[in-house]
This record gives sequence, structure tokens and C-alpha cells, in this order.
Amino acid sequence: MVGAMIIDLPKFIATEQPYWDELDRWLRQLEDDPGGPMDIAQARRFHYLYERAAADLGRLNTFASEPEMRRFLETLVARAYGEVHETREQPHRFRPWHWLTVVFPRTFRRHAEAFWLAVAITIAGSTFGGLALALDPDAKPVLLPFSHLQMDPRERVAREEKAKTDRLAGNKAEFSAFLMTHNTQVSLYTMALGMTWAVGTVLMLFYNGVILGAVAVDYMRTGETPFLVGWLLPHGSFEIPAILIAGQAGLILGRAMIGRGTRQTLAERLRAIAPDLTTLIFGVALMLVWAGFIESFFSQYHQPVIPYAVKISFGVVELTALSLFLWKAGAGPDQPEKREDGA
Amino acid sequence: MNHVRAHTLVIRTPEGIVFAFLLASPISRVLAYAVDLACISALTTVAGTLIRILQVAIPDVGAAAGVLLFFVLQMGYGMACEWGWRGQTVGKRLLRLRVVDARGLRVQFSQIAMRNLLRAVDLLPAFYLLGGVVAWLSPKTQRLGDLAAGTIVIRTPKIEPPDLAQLTAGKFNSLRLHPHLAARLRQQISPGEARLALQALLRREEFEPVARAGLFGELGTHFRGLVEFPPEAVEGITDEQYLRNVVDVLYRSHLEKK
Repeated sequence: MVGAMIIDLPKFIATEQPYWDELDRWLRQLEDDPGGPMDIAQARRFHYLYERAAADLGRLNTFASEPEMRRFLETLVARAYGEVHETREQPHRFRPWHWLTVVFPRTFRRHAEAFWLAVAITIAGSTFGGLALALDPDAKPVLLPFSHLQMDPRERVAREEKAKTDRLAGNKAEFSAFLMTHNTQVSLYTMALGMTWAVGTVLMLFYNGVILGAVAVDYMRTGETPFLVGWLLPHGSFEIPAILIAGQAGLILGRAMIGRGTRQTLAERLRAIAPDLTTLIFGVALMLVWAGFIESFFSQYHQPVIPYAVKISFGVVELTALSLFLWKAGAGPDQPEKREDGA
Repeated sequence: MNHVRAHTLVIRTPEGIVFAFLLASPISRVLAYAVDLACISALTTVAGTLIRILQVAIPDVGAAAGVLLFFVLQMGYGMACEWGWRGQTVGKRLLRLRVVDARGLRVQFSQIAMRNLLRAVDLLPAFYLLGGVVAWLSPKTQRLGDLAAGTIVIRTPKIEPPDLAQLTAGKFNSLRLHPHLAARLRQQISPGEARLALQALLRREEFEPVARAGLFGELGTHFRGLVEFPPEAVEGITDEQYLRNVVDVLYRSHLEKK
């Protein structure tokens, strides 16, 4: 247990202190500028200083009398250890455009199976919600417990189409901001509930599907399909995929929690997916900013102010563009799809 | 390879060196979070004043800015602080806590983002109950966000050197006449024993006279047995004085250098 014995402790400290101070200066420099350049000679010197401080800590550990010095060296070695043994690539400089057009779509595609599973769960929920409302219309208050969806669709369409005033006038931006933040929070929960081995995420996606299916059947059975599509498609073409991508992230998280078919530890599995989850959820937030803007400033205006054909066409264009973006952006013969973190 | 002792995370480097992180207790983390909530509240109040001015000019835009700003402050405060200050928020700075990678490596932005985004689940059903219970049960005191992000929260206490002047200043220390034996004494004594001797001397006035004599008698016997000094070095000195000399040998060399 005992290392080399130090007879003259003050001399030992006096000799080693300059090396510790030099290492401390290096660490401060690295902490202030993580992407700063370091040539081979400097890297060798840094590694030498780290090993020397680690060896000194080993020697000092044999002494009971230097708690302060030992703690100082422990902290120094711990900081240097993090720099020397870190093998994950440190992002050099955040490039928003590159992140949006390359990293985000590639991350989405890398976990496409989780996305399709989220789609399948939502479709199952929609089928359940639609069938439940079709078979038992009296269940509407239970299936759609929101006051603005309780009205008869024919009444609502008639009222909206005859409206002479803009009911959102003076509140559009605030309504838009509310939608953005509320939907982002819902998405965040959908992802975070992946920690419940994805049970919570599945329930969120299914319930979201139930509401979608019930609303769709409610409007379709009263012959208000054009209104429904014109109302939902412009913002739904971004909002619904955003929730699905949040569900995709939650399912990825859930799969990591379960860990079937891998020999990695839970910590390793979670560590491996953290960058992808962060990318997906920030992408979702951006999509919901657009969706909130469109829902407040465009979706709420109906025929004759904006013809349904225009609204539906706009929604189709958006959906097509989003699909092309998610499936094609950032991929090419010269850019093989690989993880941005180098794994 | 690393393993966990009580309230510490011990890291063994490939070079065979061992160092330990002191894990932050759930209570200290709650206190730090309370400070952060106060900071968020203060920032919200300041921003609210500016937004009210904007609302006078453009009511709708002002209201929207208020909603967005409140949300961004709630979600972004922790992320921004921990990224900018390498794992610390205002609350963590005050309580000397820091977020680090659970393997002792550099904490990455994705880790900071994950632990802050998953706070939403830790807060369930209310008042941080789920996160608190998980942290309490976790061997590394990790809440769900920490587990997902692979992070831990450590304590970085400021270690003050003991005030030895009151114990040993101006007093002759016969043990110092034998430096090779003094060096062996430093080698023989464990950190726990050194702390025990120091604390006994620092708190000597708190003991009853009989208890004080008994305590220093036991300690003196123990420490005299570790290294045998020549009779002329220890003759005629009390157990308390012997312990004072031992503490002087243990701690004084480093302080003199300073």
C-alpha cells in the first residue's frame, strides 16, 4: 500500500509545485477555450504533467498530514483526468445551419424504426378514438374533454364561415406563443416519459391518437371534412410529426432503459443516446415554433377569408417539404450517414 | 474502474491513481435549487418590467414575448448556467456544488441538456418528489435526469488549513530534533488518526478536566507506540504536550512553506 517514502516533505512540495502550477495553467486554458489548438509537443507536455501529478498524488497519499495538499492534488488530477481520458469528440463550434440541415435529419433517420413505431401507436390510438366515437357518439365528452371541441361541428363551421370579425385580433402573437410553449412542454413530457421504460411515452402517443381520431370522425360524420382538413393540415403538418418525433425520442429512451439484446450497462446505453435525444428534442421545439405561428396566424381563418383549397394545398406543400427534409436532407453519396459524435 | 463509498465516488485511473469525488446530498441540492428558483423569479420580475413597457407600445407582441421569455427562463436557465460555468448554476456556486460526468470525464452539452430537460419528470407528481426519492435511493445520489445524462453532482468544499498557531506557536518541539523519526511518524499515521489528534487539541477546552486527562492519556499512549523517539526527546512532557508536538510535526511543515 505504501509508495515511495518521502523523507523531506517540504522539499518534495517545493520541487513539485511548479509542475502542478503549470498543469493548472494548462487546465485553465483548456477550460476557457476547449477547442484551442494543441500541437504534439504540447500534448506530450500536458500528458507528462498529468502523469507526474498523478504519481505525486500516489506518493502524497502515504502521508496523513497533508489533507489540504492532497485535496488540491486530487482536484488537479481529477480535472486533468477528464481532459486526458475523454475520447468523445468535443463539438468544435456549434453551427446552427449544419445542425439543422445535416445533424437533425440524420439523427431522425438513424432511429427511423422508433419513428414508425410512434406512428403505429398513434394510428392505433386514432383508430380506437374514431371507432369509439362512431359507435358511441354519447362518449364524446369523455373522448374529447375540451370545451372548444364539444360544439357540434356543423354549428362551429357555420359560425366560423359567417364570422364578420377577427376573434383573435390583438391576441394572435400571444396565442401563438402559448401554442409553442404548451406543445413543446407536451413533447418534452412525451420524450421524458421514456424513462418509464417507454410506458408513459406509449400512453401519451396513444392518447394523442385517440383525440385525433375522435375529432376526425366527429367532423367527417357530419360532412365537414374540407373544414377539418383545412383547419388541421396547415399547422398539423408540422405539429403532429413533431409530437411523433418526441415519441420517437421517448421510445429510444425506453429501449435504452430496457436494454434488451445488448451487453452494455444501463449507464452506457443512456450515455450513448443522450446526444441523439438532445438533437431530436431541439428539432421538435423548432418545428413547434413554426406550427404555433401557422396555427395562430393561418389555420384559424377559414373560408371565405382563406379558401379551403388554399389551406389544404399549403398544408400538403408543408408536409411534402418536411418529409423530403427529414428523409433526404444531409444525405448524399459523399456524406455517409454516421454519428456526429464520432461513434 | 470506479466504485462507490458512502457519499463519495471513487475513480481509479488507468495509471492506478485513486481520487474521490464528494457526492452532494439531496438536501444541499434542494437548497441550491431553491436559490436557482429565486434567481429565475428575480429574472422573471426584471424581464416582466421590460415586457410591460413593450406591452404599452405593442400589446400583443409584448404578451407573446412574456409567455416565451418565461418559458425560456424556466427551461434554459439551468442549461445556460451549467454550460457556461462548467456544471454550475448560481445555487450550485453558492453551495459549492458542480455537475460532472459520472466517470469523471468532461461534461458534454448533450448531458447538460438531458439532465435539465428531464427535470420535468423528476418534478412529478409535485415538489420534486419522484426525483428526490430516486436520488435518495441512488448510490450516486442521481435523480432521473442525472441517470439519463450520466452525470453526478459533487461537492467541492473549500478546505481551510487548521489554525495551528493557537496550539504550537512559540513552543519548543523536541520531536523536531529527530527529523528521520518525525518523517517516519508522518508515514505511520493515517488521515483519520491525524484528524483525531488535531480535533482533540482544538476542542480541548470543551472537555471536563478528568475526561480531558483520560482522553489525552489514551491518545498519547497510542501515538507514542507508533514511533519510538529517544528518551531525551519525550522525557518530562505530558501526553497533551506530546500530542501537540505530533500535530506540529504532521501539519507544520506545509504551513511553514506557505
